[in-house]
Amino acid sequence: MREAQQITATRYSELDQIDRDNVSHLRLVFSFRSGQRGAQGAAPLVVGSRLYLLTSFPHTLFALDLTSPQPKVSWQFTPQSDPIAAGLACCDRTAHGPVFDKGRLYFSTLDGHVIAVDSDTGRMLWDVAVANPHQGETLTSPPTVSGGRLVIGNAGDNFGTRGWVVALDAATGRELWRHYTTGPDRDVGITQGFAPFEASDRGPDLGSRSWPAGAWQHGGGSVSGPSLYDSELELLLHNTGPPAPWNPEQRAGANRWTSGVFARDPQTGAARWFTPLHPHNVYSWVNGTANIAVDRPWSGVNRKLLLHADADGLLYVLDRGSGEILAADPLLSPEDARQASQDDPSQTPRSGVQVRDICPAWVGAIGGDPALAASTGILFVPITRLCMDIEARPASYIEGTPFMGANVRVHAEPGKERGGLVGWDLGRRKAAWRIDERFPVASDALATAGELVFYGTLDGVIKAVDAGTGKLLWQWRTATGIMGQPTTYRGPDGRQYVAVVAGATGPYGLASQYWIDRRDATAALGLAQSIADLPAPTDPSGTLYVFGLP
Amino acid sequence: MKPGRTSLLLLALTLCACQREERQFRLDPPISASLQAVASMPDGISGAPPDTYRVLGKPYASNAYNLSQGKQLYTWFNCNGCHANGGGETGPAFLDGWWRYGPDIISIFVSIRDGRPRGMPAFRDRLTTEQIWQLAGYVQTIGAYSAKTAAPARDDAMQSRPAENRAPAKSSFASDQWPYPPQ
Repeated sequence: MREAQQITATRYSELDQIDRDNVSHLRLVFSFRSGQRGAQGAAPLVVGSRLYLLTSFPHTLFALDLTSPQPKVSWQFTPQSDPIAAGLACCDRTAHGPVFDKGRLYFSTLDGHVIAVDSDTGRMLWDVAVANPHQGETLTSPPTVSGGRLVIGNAGDNFGTRGWVVALDAATGRELWRHYTTGPDRDVGITQGFAPFEASDRGPDLGSRSWPAGAWQHGGGSVSGPSLYDSELELLLHNTGPPAPWNPEQRAGANRWTSGVFARDPQTGAARWFTPLHPHNVYSWVNGTANIAVDRPWSGVNRKLLLHADADGLLYVLDRGSGEILAADPLLSPEDARQASQDDPSQTPRSGVQVRDICPAWVGAIGGDPALAASTGILFVPITRLCMDIEARPASYIEGTPFMGANVRVHAEPGKERGGLVGWDLGRRKAAWRIDERFPVASDALATAGELVFYGTLDGVIKAVDAGTGKLLWQWRTATGIMGQPTTYRGPDGRQYVAVVAGATGPYGLASQYWIDRRDATAALGLAQSIADLPAPTDPSGTLYVFGLP
Repeated sequence: MKPGRTSLLLLALTLCACQREERQFRLDPPISASLQAVASMPDGISGAPPDTYRVLGKPYASNAYNLSQGKQLYTWFNCNGCHANGGGETGPAFLDGWWRYGPDIISIFVSIRDGRPRGMPAFRDRLTTEQIWQLAGYVQTIGAYSAKTAAPARDDAMQSRPAENRAPAKSSFASDQWPYPPQ
């Protein structure tokens, strides 16, 4: 259990039985085929002698008993689902959990519910609908447990929903507070205590005044990624997604409070600070990557830092207390990676013009969530290198239908590989090493005390590399692409195992679905042709693979 | 023959050749009402169009004006948000000719009017019956199995796929490994 909790914060595990010397002996211990097409991105969770696995939508929660060599299903739970959500999960990475706290499992569902079940029996304790899929709202992240509360935000920027974050009472599921990303201060939760680092972010009702009249009501800014609970500073930190619609001509202004980082009071939800990263965000760069909190020396002083790997390809280092940006360093060297500037009018999408070769594309430069080895100060960041051609189109808001206003075609950066993994040295503020991958790396990274980093590839290879040098030490081919979180746990027999769920999820999962016709360059939000050479999976079912030493 | 007569004859012949396609900007109310009477099967898949549709000569499959109107409605009502320009996204592609609810125009009409359970919203309160017909005709054209004599207007935006009247669906089925069949 401890391992799993640490992984949610930094994706780092203290387990060190599997290390650089013996990792090459890793072999498959067992696999579990969920029978459900695709997978959701969150790691399976191990508590005691049970492994909990939540499948993709429509979800089933499986509890596997790990005490026998070929684990059996102890119980399984399938909540009622609203099939409409299947047509809404679009471009966000979906990682619904489960999370464990005090004998209960909590998870969110794509169709907008948060559900608590008894971890022993699988009995449902409560089920609360917090998002309305008929308006295009979905849930794509797991709830965050913070002192008796569960915090979760919505996804659905492409449907013109209005981003929000909600806190529920963990005991009953009762809604405690809900605050929006756009709109008047009252809705956003901006009160006397709001102190953004930049003075320009202070002023009444910026969440509605930085938009054309009324546009904030369908302004996006969803909270599709996980929130982070800082129990020391009593802060809840979460990203806000890009503004809606994509067509920037229809939303002149800074579009507060989209495309930035919020810090809130977990008790009331009141905003403490906000740091904008891409005001107006003309490229609709997503903002769903998990942040990492770490305390370490910065310019000689010990500081509480927030690491935010951003879609624009920069690693932002923020002060958790104030929101001040201490550093913004390009993860790929500037001469090696192209970087679009939204201040350049010739690179701004507008109607009737195709703006070409915008890098990174809307999916951003970050693949899965990064992992941090705090002892060495190396951050392992999965990378995506794709560019896009974009043309603005008029968009009209119709409830429950997409609110986009753009034609988009995504392609590789000429002459470059489309993905990779960067080992970033926080102390020296430069890359220690980089691995290039043929496809974008959509899986999250996992770092272990055995000085290893695990990640998976779209064409279905799980890899272990040396955390110090990036050297490939072990790999194993799965039946379908890996787009989720590898994890590691200590089994009931005291031995360390590595687990990963292979299966399509997120934007690349969508682009590789059978119903996509790749002859349309705008299919799957323009991603269809960018991974057209990805082979079809041999088995479309989401499957859990568990590896161990002989 | 005198040159004057010849040119007169030629003019007459030319005029005969120009049989202009009929554009009806507003349907007569009784016709509109009868086009509403689509008899689909109980499961909402396939069925018979009203007799009026046949009597009119299937105007939504064969009339370029109606197809062009359908093409405009396709973007105006955000169809491209889920189906892209026919290649699909969260909604299925049309271009590949693989129709989850059947390739006939009645199935497509019913999909648009009543919606489908896995994410397709109902447009019956948002479009007139005639507009739903125009849209259904256009959508069917994107994934047509054989070349059509009528085509909608050209794209006025990014060219992202083969033109609608190129009948690409057939070739897709003939050759490839992709798309793999659903489970």
